[in-house]
Amino acid sequence: MTHSLADDSLLRLRRITKSFPGVKALAEVDFTLRSGEVHALMGENGAGKSTLIKVLTGVYQRDGGEAFLEGQNINPRSPKEAQSLGISTVYQEVNLIPHLSVAENICLGRQRTKAGFLDWKEVRQRAEKALARLGIKIDVTELVSNYSIAIQQLVAIARALDISAKLLILDEPTSSLDEKEVTTLFGVIRKLKSEGLGIVFVTHFLDQVYEIADRITVLRNGRFVGEFDTAKLPRIDLISKMMGKELFEADFKATARSSVAKREKPLLELKKLGRKNSIHLIDLEIFPGETVALAGLLGSGRTETARLIFGIDHPDAGEMLLEGKPLSLSSPRHAIGHRFGFCPEDRKVEAIIPNLSVRENIVLALQSNQGWMRYVSRAKQNEIAEQFIQALNIKTPNAEKPIRLLSGGNQQKVILARWLASHPRLLILDEPTRGIDVGAKLEIEKLIAELAQKGMAILFISSDLEEVVRNSDRVVVLRDRQKVCELSGEEISETRIMHAIAASRENE
Amino acid sequence: MRTLFQTPTWQKLKWPLAALALVLLGNLIFLNGFFHLEIKDGRLFGSLVDILNRATPVMLLSLGMTLVIATGGVDLSVGAVMAISGAIAALLLTRTNLSAPVVIIICLAASGAGGLCNGSLVGFFKVPPIVATLILMVSGRGIAQLLTNGQIITFENKSFLFIGRGTFLGLPFTITLTFLIFLILSIFTRKTAAGLFIQSTGDNETASRYAGVNTSFVKVFVYFICSVIAGLAGLIVATDIKAADANNAGQWLELDAILATVIGGTSLIGGRFYLIGSLVGAILIQTLTTTILTRGVPVEWTLVVKAVVIIAVCLLQSEQFRNTVFARGKRST
Repeated sequence: MTHSLADDSLLRLRRITKSFPGVKALAEVDFTLRSGEVHALMGENGAGKSTLIKVLTGVYQRDGGEAFLEGQNINPRSPKEAQSLGISTVYQEVNLIPHLSVAENICLGRQRTKAGFLDWKEVRQRAEKALARLGIKIDVTELVSNYSIAIQQLVAIARALDISAKLLILDEPTSSLDEKEVTTLFGVIRKLKSEGLGIVFVTHFLDQVYEIADRITVLRNGRFVGEFDTAKLPRIDLISKMMGKELFEADFKATARSSVAKREKPLLELKKLGRKNSIHLIDLEIFPGETVALAGLLGSGRTETARLIFGIDHPDAGEMLLEGKPLSLSSPRHAIGHRFGFCPEDRKVEAIIPNLSVRENIVLALQSNQGWMRYVSRAKQNEIAEQFIQALNIKTPNAEKPIRLLSGGNQQKVILARWLASHPRLLILDEPTRGIDVGAKLEIEKLIAELAQKGMAILFISSDLEEVVRNSDRVVVLRDRQKVCELSGEEISETRIMHAIAASRENE
Repeated sequence: MRTLFQTPTWQKLKWPLAALALVLLGNLIFLNGFFHLEIKDGRLFGSLVDILNRATPVMLLSLGMTLVIATGGVDLSVGAVMAISGAIAALLLTRTNLSAPVVIIICLAASGAGGLCNGSLVGFFKVPPIVATLILMVSGRGIAQLLTNGQIITFENKSFLFIGRGTFLGLPFTITLTFLIFLILSIFTRKTAAGLFIQSTGDNETASRYAGVNTSFVKVFVYFICSVIAGLAGLIVATDIKAADANNAGQWLELDAILATVIGGTSLIGGRFYLIGSLVGAILIQTLTTTILTRGVPVEWTLVVKAVVIIAVCLLQSEQFRNTVFARGKRST
């Protein structure tokens, strides 16, 4: 072995940089992994976790910095090269071929042949041996698709190990597993750890990090924040490092909002509403004229809740009440019929109609609610488009410009205009200010306040705690797909939200 | 205000129109009497009229195809639907005493039923359009052959034959009919929300659904319309030869219709559509065919020449191609 002196690390990344046109995804990031440790890689959206992993596994090539595996300088140019170096990855979406057997999946591409023919017996034995290493015994001739996601994940790990991995990257392995399956997976991880493997663990679940990880590296906005021993890092500190907030720093509401909400009769009530692997039995009330924020880390169930309310996903437990009457939504169309609106998080995929004009994008929801035959006349369309271009200060040469040619902030304003034009009673805004410039951000926040004044109920989702505190009458904090607490009025502060997110399940 | 030449429609139209002009110019120089028109028995005759008349089935198909392609789909079954429609017409005319309008309605209804099948598979069951319509493309021709027992069934019915052989305002009635369908579709897609819903569904289906557009229904609708129009084209072809030929009627025309649509500027990915462009595309294809035939080019060359012109137009429609080629041209001069 070629361990260099004074360096017991299995993997050492130093000052890694990676840029994409217009974005610096990684800026001088360090990462060190020892043999026989589980190392959690943490960070919010855009922190650079996935870019770092892609650089490590050869999907991307680094622009600068150094990487050492067991003291040897490495620079993998493809996932295959990374694999041959001993770096294996298991992704959240299992990368197996569903219609092949477990044995075939484990040995695919590396089968030994006897006189030009596959030696099936050898393939089976090899697969069984690989699984036995993880302490699992299943029928390896069965198709992969006949097993649960959890078993498939273990098969994927077995495959990775069979390629003689020294370093295993688990990218969100637990997102689709239930508690019992997570326990099984963790058992396997501990076993591999004791065999001296280095494991990089990427997840959004704090409880799991504290259960399994020895050390934690935190990234934020493509920068290295720090490396910590899990035992010496309180949860609250971890969260403040991920979110980039020093605790107790400027902890007051910029402008205390005077809530106009008369809390007489809620517009919408969720009663123990839930959906498997999405959100766990949530209670929520929204009153007219009130802005309720959903706060929590990425993957905590914020967007999932919004999707249930807007009829995109269907709940499998609990009920929704609209003005006291039971409500069951079959589709977004149905929700729009009840005058709900939804600005989704992923603007490009879920909101804009790229080649259609600003005008057409604005009138779309209004028109779809009116149906095919009650056509909004072209003159009326022009009027509506002009009105919102002015009111929201949308920067476009004219209303006929295809929306894809506008900047992100202006696209977002057009989507807001789409919903405002259809006069919703409830507007769900999922990360409405993500990726847009400060000026547009402030304009959108101002608009939210005005709409609430006029009596609209708003469900506001944001990762930016400052924004949450500034804009909401009430904050519902989610963690690990569960509601953990609700803050209102003077209780709302960044510190309290962070503490709520940090509190571990056992302490409750 | 924008002038005509700045509209997106014109931007898409100019290349196929240029190709058409080029072919016609060639004919003006090299073919005597190509532009000759004369009136006989109150009807206009000449190569130009002939081209338009012959182009009508593909023009009609391409109108329906344009709407389907705009939603990001494709309908391969239109040729087979033409055969079914013709076969039903021949059977009804020879075996029953139903009047021509009733026969037409039954044929179009049967075609529409085929379209509802296609549309349901694509819209509700999420079957890929190529697969969904391939089913009817293959089975449809089989159904037409079963209906006619594999025979060519000839028929005579003066009022029915008017569809493909009648004269209206001094022109073949088919031309008026096609223009009428074009007009109805244009008005319908502009004066109702249909055009907006079709284009938004094709451009971004998820976002359209989240904005409340009933994308499944939009799809069922366009396949239905496409099939009904295909049924009408089938009646034109049948009346033209006064017979239902289940084996050959409409064969390969689905491909011409797709070509015409693409030449006309509608992207196969879906989104914006150009009905008038598709008409120009269909006319260009027919002009080429007629030119090749009248110039006495060996028949074997027909498809090759056609392919070359079509490739040229499609390349010119591609912005990327134009940028590459013309940018290079500028640099070298």
